[in-house]
Amino acid sequence: MACIEARDLRKSFGATVALDGVDLTVPEGRILGLIGPNGAGKSTALNAILGLTPYKGELKVLGLDPWRRRDELMRDVCFIADVAVLPRWMKVAQSLDYVAGVHPRFDRAKAEAFLAKTSIKLTSRIRELSKGMVAQLHLALVMAIDARLLVLDEPTLGLDLLYRKSFYDTLLNDYFDHSRTIVVTTHQVEEIQHILTDVVFIDRGRIALNCSMEDFEARFAEVMVRPEELAAARALGPIHERTVFGRSILLFDGADRDRLAALGDVHTPSIADVFVALIGGAHAQGVAA
Amino acid sequence: MNTLSEALPDAIPEARDRAAGRTTGVRPLYWSLRRELWESRSLYIAPLIVAGLVLFGFFVGVAHIPGQINSLQVEPRNRAAVTTIPYAMAAIAIMVTGLVVASFYCLGALHNERRDRSILFWKSMPISDLKAVLVKASVPLVAVPVILFVVIFATQLVMLAVSAMVLLPSGVRFATLWSQWPIFRMSVVLAYGLVTETLWYAPVWGWLLMVSAWARRAPFLWAILPPIGLCIIEMFAFGTGHFSHFLAVRLGGGFDAAFSDAGPRESMVDLAQIDPGRFFGSLEFWGGLVVGAGFLAAAVWLRRTRDPV
Repeated sequence: MACIEARDLRKSFGATVALDGVDLTVPEGRILGLIGPNGAGKSTALNAILGLTPYKGELKVLGLDPWRRRDELMRDVCFIADVAVLPRWMKVAQSLDYVAGVHPRFDRAKAEAFLAKTSIKLTSRIRELSKGMVAQLHLALVMAIDARLLVLDEPTLGLDLLYRKSFYDTLLNDYFDHSRTIVVTTHQVEEIQHILTDVVFIDRGRIALNCSMEDFEARFAEVMVRPEELAAARALGPIHERTVFGRSILLFDGADRDRLAALGDVHTPSIADVFVALIGGAHAQGVAA
Repeated sequence: MNTLSEALPDAIPEARDRAAGRTTGVRPLYWSLRRELWESRSLYIAPLIVAGLVLFGFFVGVAHIPGQINSLQVEPRNRAAVTTIPYAMAAIAIMVTGLVVASFYCLGALHNERRDRSILFWKSMPISDLKAVLVKASVPLVAVPVILFVVIFATQLVMLAVSAMVLLPSGVRFATLWSQWPIFRMSVVLAYGLVTETLWYAPVWGWLLMVSAWARRAPFLWAILPPIGLCIIEMFAFGTGHFSHFLAVRLGGGFDAAFSDAGPRESMVDLAQIDPGRFFGSLEFWGGLVVGAGFLAAAVWLRRTRDPV
C-alpha cells in the first residue's frame, strides 16, 4: 500500500489557487523532499495530508481520508510543522507526561534517553529553551513515537548550522528505517540532498518534477564546458546555463553521458541547481510576460 | 528483542500497541484535562487566594462572635441566620471568583492555542477536535465546580474549627454549636447550587468557547460587544428591553431557578430550599443546554477549520 496517494488534489483560497490538480504517490520507506518556491502550495499540500485543511479531489494517507479521520491518522503520523509550535508555558517533563498520556505509540524511555544526550533539563519551561533546544525536544518527542509517516515542514527554520546538521543526522541514524516514510520541505535543499530518496518540485500548485534520486542522478548532468566546446555543448540543448569564475556550466536533462564527457567535467547537479533551471526560469518568463 | 511486535501484522495497530505494552496508561481525555489545568493554574489558584482572604478576614473578626451569639440568644431562628451568614458569604465570594476565572479560561481556551501556533502541536496528537473541545468545555462544567466545592467546603471547615476554638472556652456547648453551623446540610445545598449554576451557564460557556475559536483577536471584546450591541439596537429601535431582560435572567437568574422562595435565602442552609423539580423541569434550563450545545458544535467546527492566527 502506498503511504500517500493523491489524485487530482485541488484547493483554493478565494481566487488564489494553492493546489491545482496534484497527483502524487509516495510508497512506504521513502524520504521525499518537497521543494518549491514560497506560495507554491507546499504547506497546503502538507496540511491536506495531515488533515488540517479540507480539499477537493482524492487523498488517502495510510489508507485513510485525512480530513475525516485526522485523529485516527495521527496514531501513525507525526509532524513537526514549525520550530516554534510547542506550547511555551509547558515544562519539558509535562510535555513528556502529556504525550505519554495521549499517544498509544509513545515510548517515554526513548524520549528521555534522547533528551539525556542534550542539555535540556526536564524541569525547564519550554519558553526558557533556545530555539535549537525546542527543536531537539520536539524531535525527541516525535522520534519516540512509533509512527509510519513523519511530515516535516521547514523543521529547521531559524536554527544554526550545527543544530540543523545534527537534526537531520539524528533523524537518519536513530529514526529512519524502511518501514517508515518521511516527507520534508525546506529551503535549505543542499543540506538534505544526501538523505533524500525522492524529490518532488511543486510550483504554482502543480507538480513540476517527481523522480527518485537514482533517476535524478541518471537524468540530470552538469558539465563544466571547456571554452572551445561551448558551441557544441549548446547544440545539445541544455536546460540551463550559468557562468562561474569565467567557466560556463551547462545543465542537461537526459543527455547522453558519453557525449557530455567529451565536452568537459561532468557531475551530478545539486537539487538547487536543477530547481533554479526548471522553476526559476519559468518564473522569470512569467515576470517577463 | 522486538520479535513479538515484528511478527504481528502492521494492519492490527491495537495488537502492535499491546505487544509494545503501551496501551496501558494512555488516557487521552484525562491527560487532556490535566494539561488544561497545567496551563490555566488560575482556575484553582484564584479561588484559593480568595479563600485565604476570607479566612484572614474571618480570623480578625472572630472575636466578635460570642457577643453576637449572646445578643441574639432570645431569637434562635434569627441566630441561625446570622451565624451562618459568614459561611454563605465565603461560599459566594469563592464561587463568583470561580465563575470569573472560568469565563476567562473559556475565552482563551481556543484562542491562545491558535495565537501561539501550539494548535499545530495539539493537532499532531491522536485527539479529535470534538474531544478537544469537549475536554475544554468540561473545565467550566465539571472541573471548576469540583474545585469550588472542595475549596469552599475546606474553608467552611476551617471557619467552623476556629469558631469552636473561640466559643467552647466561653461556655457554649458543642451540641449547640453544631446545631447552629449545619455544615453538612450546607454542603448539600452548596453542591446543588454549584451543579445548577454551572449548568444554567451552559450557553454562556458555549458562547465564550465559540468566540474564542472564532475571533482572530480580542476575544473578550467579541464576546461582550455583540450582546451589548443587540441591547442598544433594541432599545433605540423599539424602545423595549426584551433582550437585555433575557440576558439579565440568564446571567443572574440561576439561583432563582434552582431554589424555592421558602426560608432565608441569603444563608443557603435549608434543604427545603432546594427545588430540583422546578429547575430540571424548566424550559429555561433545557433551552440553555440546547443553545450551549449548539455553540459548542460551532466551536468544534471552527477549531477544525480555522488556521492559526
